Amino acid sequence: MYFRFPEICAALSLTFVVCRFWFRAENWKVKTPNSKQHGGFLSPLSFLSATLALLILFMTQQATAADRELRVCADPNNLPFSNQRGEGFENRIAELIAHEQNATLHYEWWAQRRGFVRNTLRAGRCDLIIGVPAGYDPVLTTRPYYRSTYVFVSRTDRHLRIDSFDDPRLRQVKIGVQLMGDDGANAPPAHALARRGIIRNVVGYTIYGDYSEPNPPARLIDAVASGAVDVAIAWGPLAGFFASREPTPLAITPIAMPTDPPALRFSFAIAMGVRKGDTAFCDALNRILDERRPEIKKILDDYGVPQVSEKDK
Amino acid sequence: MQHEVICAKVSRYFLRILISLLLSFSFSLFGRVLPVGQQTNFAASAGTTKENEQWVRPAKDFASTRYSELGDITNANVKQLKLAWSFSTGVNRGQEAAPLVVGSTMYIVTPYPNILYALDLSRAGAPLKWKYEPKPAAAAQGVACCDVVNRGAVYADGKIVFNTLDVQTVAVDANSGKEIWKTKLGDINRGETITMAPLIVKNKVLVGNSGGEMGVRGWLTALDLSNGKIIWRAYSTGPDRDVLIGPQFKPFYKMDQGKDLGVSTWPPDAWKIGGGAVWGWISYDPKLDLIYYGTSNPGPWNHEQRPGDNKWTATIFARKPDSGAAIWAYQLSPHDLHDYDGINENLLLDLNIKGQTRKVLVRPERNGYIYVIDRVTGEVLSATPFVHITTSKNVDLKSGRLIYNDEKQPQLGKVIRDVCPASPGAKDWQPSAYSPKTGLLYIPHQNLCMDFENVEANYIAGTPFVGANVRMYAGPGGYRGELTAWDPVKAQRLWSIKENFPVWSGALVTAGDVVFYGTMDNWFKAVNARTGEVLWQFRTDSGIIGQPITYRAPDGKQYVAILAGVGGWSGAIVAAGLDPRDSSAALGFVNAMRDLPEHTTKGGTLYVFSLP
Repeated sequence: MYFRFPEICAALSLTFVVCRFWFRAENWKVKTPNSKQHGGFLSPLSFLSATLALLILFMTQQATAADRELRVCADPNNLPFSNQRGEGFENRIAELIAHEQNATLHYEWWAQRRGFVRNTLRAGRCDLIIGVPAGYDPVLTTRPYYRSTYVFVSRTDRHLRIDSFDDPRLRQVKIGVQLMGDDGANAPPAHALARRGIIRNVVGYTIYGDYSEPNPPARLIDAVASGAVDVAIAWGPLAGFFASREPTPLAITPIAMPTDPPALRFSFAIAMGVRKGDTAFCDALNRILDERRPEIKKILDDYGVPQVSEKDK
Repeated sequence: MQHEVICAKVSRYFLRILISLLLSFSFSLFGRVLPVGQQTNFAASAGTTKENEQWVRPAKDFASTRYSELGDITNANVKQLKLAWSFSTGVNRGQEAAPLVVGSTMYIVTPYPNILYALDLSRAGAPLKWKYEPKPAAAAQGVACCDVVNRGAVYADGKIVFNTLDVQTVAVDANSGKEIWKTKLGDINRGETITMAPLIVKNKVLVGNSGGEMGVRGWLTALDLSNGKIIWRAYSTGPDRDVLIGPQFKPFYKMDQGKDLGVSTWPPDAWKIGGGAVWGWISYDPKLDLIYYGTSNPGPWNHEQRPGDNKWTATIFARKPDSGAAIWAYQLSPHDLHDYDGINENLLLDLNIKGQTRKVLVRPERNGYIYVIDRVTGEVLSATPFVHITTSKNVDLKSGRLIYNDEKQPQLGKVIRDVCPASPGAKDWQPSAYSPKTGLLYIPHQNLCMDFENVEANYIAGTPFVGANVRMYAGPGGYRGELTAWDPVKAQRLWSIKENFPVWSGALVTAGDVVFYGTMDNWFKAVNARTGEVLWQFRTDSGIIGQPITYRAPDGKQYVAILAGVGGWSGAIVAAGLDPRDSSAALGFVNAMRDLPEHTTKGGTLYVFSLP
């Protein structure tokens, strides 16, 4: 154990303040004739012991804060979600959770692709993933804290406003979608187009992109701005954030149909993920998510995350 | 691995922020395995005595037979085989490499970080002569799809040449261990890695990339052995000029004929991220002056986004080594549905087929058939199932087409059961051996099926989708691996040895009529090449997925060497510590391997055996 200047100063000043209040309280409340005998001035000894007590209290608190680390698993290069400079909305939410837990925030950086959960959360390198689909099997998920949807993105000056996969114009325009590559499935827009036979005018962008560039998945939105594609169909948070930052104004339109039976859906509820078995931590997070709902909503709004309500699902 | 750490410390009363950073990223891989190999026209492969006593490329000869004319160790005396010495690689990941022996030196390459060791065979216990550390970028571990394996080095002209996981090829002086040149061939940031062993043909180093799962575009590249400069690059997809298809190109089947099929058999631009990586084996026929190799599965894995044949994925190419010009191509699995990479070894044999000696290429393929192909023309002479197959009905020899079983086609939202063989195929990268004495092919392989369903919410780079849940399990008979002795002329099985786990090691056969292979549950075995009787086995410290070799050392004795160290796609559950409860991990392979950790642990040891 060691004393640090701020703790000592704090202990001294708080002791002083507390003593003064106590003294006044004694004066105000206890109006007995003997009160001055007992109240009056604090003896040097009692002042010292009070200071020490507070100092110990501080150190305990300080130790708790140091022990309580919030270790978050995050992608260092994937705005609007997170990046190493802490600029993503998941960074902001992580800061909020850390604050609520009186914990220091640490990140374990890892590209969020196959092996992410295994190499981070499950390897014990960190304890919390800020965003995963609700019910995501490799982890224990909290209650969802937002729902978003895939959206159509096009240049405002094109006035397309496509909101359905059954829009006949989708057979003429050039469409960009994201492809997952190393899974047996792809992002739902790619499937929705393929099952309608809309294939030849579709351009696939690998979700991985070139990891030496910033935020690789954003190339899809760049492609709309540059005119490389007429329409992109992208996950809402990605589209909402980058559409407002492109030099060319872009319009986003949520997919009007919530599902495409039998198996496709376009809106997903997003929750936090912890290790399976970390139920107490999960409960604590659920409480914070309930109590801080307005602040979280504001963060999501600040980043332009399109949100849909549960009934829209 | 590297980590970047930012710590923010907040106390309730005083706000202090300490930022410390360091780092690195890391990723890890699991395991798909790549092939390595070489081949020689077998008839032409009988080199000097000295060459027969060495092992200068993983497949032994250009024909890729893995047959050694050394015959001191025989069926009669193999029971006396004893451990002569061993060597720890210090890297406990999947050891898929073949050791090389050149003169009195043995060379071995480890998995990432791809250390090259030279061991002095002229001294007792084969002490270390030198080691060379290429120090590949740590981030490559996170990009590689599977395990961080390496399938070995190759020797020519005083140089040891091998590839590193971070997409570089390096030539090292075989005597001094000094780096001669190093060439960067691709970019890990775009998902490319290299795990294959190069082949050197006519002073050209042939190298291909890995990363089909990450949306890369596959290629084979030739480098100048003297300086590492790129001479040509043949892509597996795209326009003919990129694929090096020109006037010499004469594919046998109509389905492979036409202009720019690498573009027209895809949706527009999809070929740019279409896969067709070249992570397997290359063979060479010096008389025909042709190299042969196969390309991996198309991307994305899900087939609905890529209607068409998706050329030239899952294809065998015959090319001229000097120019890279394609001479013929044959697509094994057009519009692949099941991740059947076409990168397996091609054994170049001269066989008597229906009374005629034919120059053939024998190919035990991932889709479950053993192909016998005329290596001059690309005509398929036979394609015979060697495992239980449900995904296809047969190979139509008239059209050359694999005839799929539509019932086993993956469909979104539909559970497809009993898909055989599973994604690793009837046989993955693990190379076969062929003995001209017995006329048999010795094929290490697996017996796995899978269920396929698109049901689980998944998440990549912040993007949710409903992913595929693949679960693999033992095929009919309940065993997961097998070593099969196959007569390629009669197209029939002679005998086989069933193994509990996939046989993920290569095979070796010798003039002593002994076959060597290893198992994932730590046994190195010697088998009678004619009967399949197990004559001898040795317990290693970890499971075996490497390639056995044999050589004559300076002391005049014949030795057999194998690297033990489980891993690869099949062994990732141990090497990468996957959770056995996560049945879909390692692309579903973990479900089939969940008991492997009870049978083996990580390792990385070279074992060398000899008679007393």
